[in-house]
Amino acid sequence: MHTSKASFWVAHPVGRALLGLAGVVAFVAIWKLAQVTGWARAGTIPDPFRLPQTLLDEWRSERLLPAILSSLVHYVWGLGLGTLLGFLVGALAASSRWTDALHAWLARILRPIPPLAWVVFAIAWFKVSHAGAAFVIAIGVFWVNYFATWSAVRNVDPKYYELAQAFGQQGHLNRALNVTLPASAPGILAGMRTGIGQAWMTLIAAELLGVPGMGQEMNAAAGVGAYEAVVIYMLVISLVYTLSDTLFARFEKRVLQWRPS
Amino acid sequence: MAPILKIEQLSFHYGDNPAPVFANLDLSVEKGEFVAVVGGSGVGKSTLLKCVADLAHSSSGRITLDIPERHASRRRATVFQDGRLLPWRRLRGNIAYGLKGLNLSKTDQQARIDEVLALTRLTELADRWPHQLSGGQAQRAGIARALAVHPDLLLMDEPFSAVDAITRQHLQDELLNIWQKTGAAVLFITHDIEEAVYLADRVVVLSGSPARVQLDQPVELARPRGRNAEDLQQLAHAIAQEL
Repeated sequence: MHTSKASFWVAHPVGRALLGLAGVVAFVAIWKLAQVTGWARAGTIPDPFRLPQTLLDEWRSERLLPAILSSLVHYVWGLGLGTLLGFLVGALAASSRWTDALHAWLARILRPIPPLAWVVFAIAWFKVSHAGAAFVIAIGVFWVNYFATWSAVRNVDPKYYELAQAFGQQGHLNRALNVTLPASAPGILAGMRTGIGQAWMTLIAAELLGVPGMGQEMNAAAGVGAYEAVVIYMLVISLVYTLSDTLFARFEKRVLQWRPS
Repeated sequence: MAPILKIEQLSFHYGDNPAPVFANLDLSVEKGEFVAVVGGSGVGKSTLLKCVADLAHSSSGRITLDIPERHASRRRATVFQDGRLLPWRRLRGNIAYGLKGLNLSKTDQQARIDEVLALTRLTELADRWPHQLSGGQAQRAGIARALAVHPDLLLMDEPFSAVDAITRQHLQDELLNIWQKTGAAVLFITHDIEEAVYLADRVVVLSGSPARVQLDQPVELARPRGRNAEDLQQLAHAIAQEL
């Protein structure tokens, strides 16, 4: 009896959902308690119960949707360019000893530089624009994808190339498309997925340079002490990230359906 | 008639290591002949096969293949010890992989694939991913892929060493069946002398350091052979003495 109860909560989907919900409720309760009992200094902590109203206000004042859309513009551009270039450079660097040696020092010098350090040049080259924010996002995403692709391609099991050779499958392009790419796809896609998260991390910071978007709205709200609005933007960011990650995970699963699950 | 494969004075050593794995090796395989090469580990059996498959380069000596180029076929095909299917292609796709570049029409390609699937009794499994196959099935798939290219010489590198004993016996019988149907010559590497005697027309023993051909023994036992027949066991025993 005891064990069947326990297994309901941890094994049954309804039980797990209820437990998950309980975790959220407990968190909000502690949060509310902190606010009403004055654990946190008054005015520095948002009221969780006012969040629904704030969400409605932000929506009605026509700030929320434009901010999301604006963020998405440089998010998509930054993510897209960073992913594409990271993949191309990583694949190229890993595919010959010449290119590998040629780029090794350069990568070692540039890779540790945090993407946000490039904000200075983003402003200098692109002014305060989508392009500037996209540039900063792209740099972070680039390195994630570059490294994932580089190591995935380097780690393709040589036995598959031997097989290609044994069956007369010659030519760089043939091998790249039929062996290297599918063999390294799991690593490359894992990198792309990490990049999707990385892009969100950089996004908000990149917008602090004044490009319209959720980061800027957050900053503006914080400036006038509207902490509930800040939380709304935080939650929206969480939601959009979860959506994009879920979509990509589905795509990944489809592409990699050959792997044992 | 010239042998389909002629190996003359072949030597091989790894990289900077001056001691050859095998040296001055002579071996030939006639058209349609089944030759097994046996030897302990480290005598370079697999390396010898890789040299013939053009996957490794001998240090000296000569390998001559007397196989004319025929339309839509590869002269030799290799079956690897681990089956070596591409995990991202279904079984059917793995067989098709070896056919790329042979300029077969879509219909001919399908016909080839169906033919070898039937021959290896894998038709039902054609749409499975490699990880959904058992070790024996994966090995048969490797054989199917090799047969699909209609090779004149089949190179097999301990193809049954990783499967259980019962599956191995089934696969051996299937291989004999397929070999008799296709008429391809087979160069079969194994460390199992009984397997060699059961399958082959001729058993070549490699041993020593550097390895040399210690014995080149015709197996003149009528087919089908009995695994436990006394003459087969006696011959296996005699060959084992040479190792």
